Parts: sequence; C-alpha cells; structure tokens
Amino acid sequence: MTMATNEAGMGNTVMCLLTDPEGTHLGSAMYIPQSAGPLQLTQLVNNFLNNEEKLPYSFYVSDEELLVPVGTYLEKNNVSVENVLKIVYQQQAVFRIRPVNRCSQTIAGHAEAVLCVSFSPDGKQLASGSGDTTVRLWDLNTETPLFTCKGHRNWVLSVAWSPDGKHLVSGSKSGEICCWNTKKGELDGSPLTGHKKWITGISWEPVHLSSPCRRFVTSSKDGDARIWDVTLKKSLICLSGHTLAVTCVKWGGDGIIYTGSQDCTIKMWETTQGKLIRELKGHGHWVNSLALSTEYVLRTGAFDHTGRQYPQNEEMKKALERYNKTKGDSPERLVSGSDDFTMFLWEPSVSKQPKKRLTGHQQLVNHVYFSPDGKWIASASFDRSVRLWNGITGQFVTAFRGHVGPVYQVSWSADSRMLLSGSKDSTLKIWEIRTKTLKQDLPGHADEVFAVDWSPDGEKVVSGGKDRVLKLWKG
Amino acid sequence: MAQGDYMDEHKKKYGRRFDHDERERKKKARDVHKHSKMAQKSIGIKGKMIAKKNYSEKALMKRTLKMHEESLSRRKADENVDEGALPAYLIDREKTSRAKVLSNTIKQKRKEKAGKWEVPLPKVRPVAEEEMFRVIRSGKRKTKQWKRMVTKATFVGPGFTRKPPKYERFIRPSGLRFTKAHVTHPELKCTFCLEIIGIKKNPNGPMYTSLGVMTRGTIIEVNVSELGLVTPSGKVVWGKYAQVTNNPELDGCINAVLLV
Repeated sequence: MTMATNEAGMGNTVMCLLTDPEGTHLGSAMYIPQSAGPLQLTQLVNNFLNNEEKLPYSFYVSDEELLVPVGTYLEKNNVSVENVLKIVYQQQAVFRIRPVNRCSQTIAGHAEAVLCVSFSPDGKQLASGSGDTTVRLWDLNTETPLFTCKGHRNWVLSVAWSPDGKHLVSGSKSGEICCWNTKKGELDGSPLTGHKKWITGISWEPVHLSSPCRRFVTSSKDGDARIWDVTLKKSLICLSGHTLAVTCVKWGGDGIIYTGSQDCTIKMWETTQGKLIRELKGHGHWVNSLALSTEYVLRTGAFDHTGRQYPQNEEMKKALERYNKTKGDSPERLVSGSDDFTMFLWEPSVSKQPKKRLTGHQQLVNHVYFSPDGKWIASASFDRSVRLWNGITGQFVTAFRGHVGPVYQVSWSADSRMLLSGSKDSTLKIWEIRTKTLKQDLPGHADEVFAVDWSPDGEKVVSGGKDRVLKLWKG
Repeated sequence: MAQGDYMDEHKKKYGRRFDHDERERKKKARDVHKHSKMAQKSIGIKGKMIAKKNYSEKALMKRTLKMHEESLSRRKADENVDEGALPAYLIDREKTSRAKVLSNTIKQKRKEKAGKWEVPLPKVRPVAEEEMFRVIRSGKRKTKQWKRMVTKATFVGPGFTRKPPKYERFIRPSGLRFTKAHVTHPELKCTFCLEIIGIKKNPNGPMYTSLGVMTRGTIIEVNVSELGLVTPSGKVVWGKYAQVTNNPELDGCINAVLLV
C-alpha cells in the first residue's frame, strides 16, 4: 500500500479494484502504479489479507490471466485508464507438482483390459480392476504387483478407496460388491449382493461426517443406488426412484447423495432414511458424469500435500478444516455432463434451477471433474477435445485440442495447475492451465486408455487400458 | 369336382355315419398295436426301415419332452465372463466404432524391427513384356512401332497430364485406371473401399512400379485415415501398404489385403 501511495504522484497510475473469485471486494478501489505486475499485486493482496505466510496468487482481468505489468496490459488491450480496472485474484496452491514426463514402469499382469485404476487417498497404494475379474494391488515403491485379489465373477468396473485409506471396495459387472483387506490382499467377508445389474460407480461417505469410514454408496445399471456398511457388511438403504440406469453417484460434503441417471435427471437423497430431497431436471439425454466442487478434498480426506498422517481422533477435525477451506463461503457446486453434449452447473443446496448451462462440446461429454481448488471444471468429450471452464461462473475458458480420438477420462494434479487426459487414441496428454497449452504428450500404450489417475501426492500418474498393461508415469 | 372324388361328394351330400368319430378313435387306438406287431414281425430291409423310423420318432419325442421340462424348471444361469472388457461408461454405447480399432500387437513391432514384411502372396506369376504391353503402330503409313499400350490396370496420380503424342511412349488407357481399392483388414475381417495413394512395388520389375501398373501381388499404398488407426505415439496413421490379391485387369476392381 505504501508503494501505491508513493508512486501515485508520478502520474503513471491506474485505478484498480481487487476482488476475489466470488466477487467480494478487497478494500476499496485504489491507485496502483502501472509498472506493478503480478509479483507486486501478490504482495499487496497478502498485505491486505494479513496473511502471516505469504501465499501465491494469480490475477485475472476479464477472465484473462495477467502476466505482465498492468500498464503493458492496458496498452496492449486498449483499456481505458479512466475506468476502474477490476482485477480478480485467485489463490494458488502453496506446493507445486512436477509434471510427469516419462514412463517409469510398464507392469503386465492383468489378463484382460484394465478398466479402472485408483490411488489411495494418501497416494501410497494403488488398486486396479480389470476385465479378467481380478482386483490387483500394486507396490508403488518397487513398481511390481503386490496382490491379486480374486473374488469377483465378472469384469471389475470400479474400485474406490475410503477417504481414510483403510478400506477398498470394488464393484463388478455381475452386480456384487467386494471389500478387500489391503494389507493381505484377501477378500474381507463374502461379496455383498443386492444389485441386479452391473455397478457403475462407488462413492464413500466423507471422512469429516463420520470417522472411521463405514458407509459408501454404489450406483447400478438396474436403476438403484444402495448405501452399504462396510463393517456390518450389509446394505442399509436402497435408493430407488430412477427409472433407468444410474450412471454415477457422489456423496456430497453436506451429507447428501447425488445420483445422475440415464433417465435425464439428477436426484438428491438424504442419507439417514434414504428420502428423496430434490430432483434436478434439465438435461435432454443421459447424465453421464457428476462432479462436486469439493470432490477432490472429499476423496483425500485428511491427507494433504504435506503427507502427514493423523491419528484417528484428529482425522475428522483435519478433514473438516480442509473441506471448509476448499468450500469457502459459497455453497457446494455440482456439475453434470450429459449425452446431450452440454453440461449444467448447479448449486443444488440453493436452487433447483441450474446456475449455468455449459455449451460448446460437439459430442457427448463423458467425464467432468472439478479441479482440487474448485476453481476450474475440466470436461472430457467424445469430440476429441478437453474443455476448461471457470468453476465458479461456468464461463468457457479454453478448449484443449490434440487428441485424435475420443477422450475418455481426465484427472487433475493436486495443485490444480495441470490436467491429465486419457484417450482412445492410446495416449495420455498433460495440459497446463496457466498457459492453456499442451505440456506433455505421453505415448506408450498400445491401445485405448480406459482409466487414468494422478496420485494425490503428485508423484505418479497411473494409466490402464485395453492393452492390458498398467503404466506408471513419473516426473 | 374331380371325377374320382365320389367319397367327398357322398360325404357332402349325406354326411358321415353317426358312429364315424367313434370308429376313427378306435381305429387309431388299435393302430399302435397293429404297428408294433408289424414292426416285430417284419424282417429284412422292411424291418430295418421301420426300426429306423421308430427310432427317429422316439428320439424326437424325447428331445421335445426334455425341452418342455427345461422351460419349466428354474435354474440360475451361470454367467460367462465375456471377452473384450469395457469400462462402465462404454458398456451401454454402441459398439460400431470398435471394429475399426487397430489391434496393435507385438508381432507388428517385431516385423518392423526385422524390416521385412511377410506378404500374403509371396510368389507371383511372371508377366512377360508381350503380355503387359501392346504394340501400337503409328506414323502416316503405320510403320513405326515404338508406342506401347499398357494392358493391365494402372494407377495414375491425380496431377497427371498426358505427354504430347510424339513423346508418349507408354499409353495408360483411362478405362483401366483405378483410384480406389477394396482393402481387407486381415485381423478385423472387414473390408473398406480406400483411396490408393501410390504404388510401392510391382514384383515384375521397377519399370512397372514407375508406370503404376497393378498386377496380382503388387504392393500399393492406401489411405487408411478413415479407419482411425493410431500409431503407438497417438498420431493418426494415414498411409498403409496393401497387397493386390486379384487380377484387376480381368475383374474390373482391385482387391487387396492390408499388411499389418
């Protein structure tokens, strides 16, 4: 601030107004020198917010990132100096994840296509499910197979770790759910039956709502979603109401379950009795994928970039703290991708009406994913592009083109600075958000890539596909 | 009514005997015994024929009974694990595009390393020059014999213009020019009509290669971009080699098999 007043007399100043992404002003409008760049602005914001630790920020003027001093920007874009310049600041992650650029290991083992891969929330364990009816656990230090878990009778379509990292469940095409002992690689109890058709998604109850983790919800092709208890090994509640297959399910941070279905609706359920709270209508075709703005933090629970382990009693507190920090003051946002080529951004706890309709894709949207800080939405589509949207307003930001086949899955790095996409064209690509360009092309798979995951600690990327091998990538 | 249908006529006029149904029933009931007596005492070829007929009837009866039984009883269907596993988001989708995927195997890599392609037709019939070309007489008195006409199918590039007659030694008749080929993918077992890009090699000689002559066994390059094949580095493959498997000059079309 002192800097601003000192140089105010020099004439080369511009009236600026700093706001946060939600639109709240930081102080009133002030004169800042035109020579001030992102670095000086960062100091300014840190001063204003009284941050003890200096945090990194990035700045946006009319949805474009400010990388040069303000004066240069004004000249280049012919912005009037007379008006108040509105600068939006966004906090960046305090840590940086190194981009992966090489394949560190190709592990064969599965006898059929790898259909799903998942890192545990602490990034120390890795599970994969395959068409050969097994779930495999992999040793990440030696990058070798650890356990082969047999128990399913058909293709393993989804695996999910509990946010405290203690349980692993998997769902198969024949509709049974298996819980696994990850220490021994054995079946934990007998498979849970109840669903009549295949499992399309699994989601755990957030750790800040109940610790230790016990409940999870599964969605199935038969049109139901079921809540299960992993300790009691039984189905607690059956959420039925959808008329067609349920394609995805998410357990929100407020304790609400969201299900998206092929009957074009999204339903919200209450978890103690399984009552329908609200129905979100708008899509004209199947809903393929749902994502929550807090999804990443719900998945990782108490584990953050420091890699610290918390005792059982503190875990819940820490998870709640992380959740509140990510959520901020605004309500939880939900985005849904559909077969009608569009996506909807909802604020389900506020209104039944969508906040915005995100149009632009020319083919169906297969996967949507919020960035870990909730500021961006990435969508993977069969039109061979990955699109990036503003996670708060839903504004279109950019399209990443480069894949030559349909993009199946996307995954974010933990610092929200990079995006990973896996495609039918047998490659993985890493996109940089800041420059909005292709950062790294990762060829190597011999056939379609079905599943990708970026480990929460940022060290590794795993991918699996139709060529039956699991590839680990490193920076 | 036909002449010999007096029985039908009588039936229509006067109706049946009152005990007709009863008699029919009795006759049918006795017929089984009669048949069995016949079967037991027939010998020779007749006996064999009856036995065979009885046997087949009995087998058919047993089969139908079993089928009925099966449809009544409830059993748990044991599901088989299908090949070609798909992730949950692809199960419901149409599988039409799947046939076009290149199964990119280790075999191919090995072949590439060896730098040699095993072609489906390793040997071809040599084609003599007399068969390949027809002499065209030219000049005012038709005494000059230096012009040749290619009598086989040819591929002529899109930008080709004919030379002036004085310099045109080889004529490639436009009726025998081809731009497309029916190419079969040997692993996918499906055939596509693809554009020809060029002639890689005609086994009969380099001159034929440069002339663009396509005979049986010729390696041609075809445009496979619409098949959606992808290299290991994720680029779309657009040119691939194929070998001609028919005699195009006789068939009027080019059939080829893709070299993978």
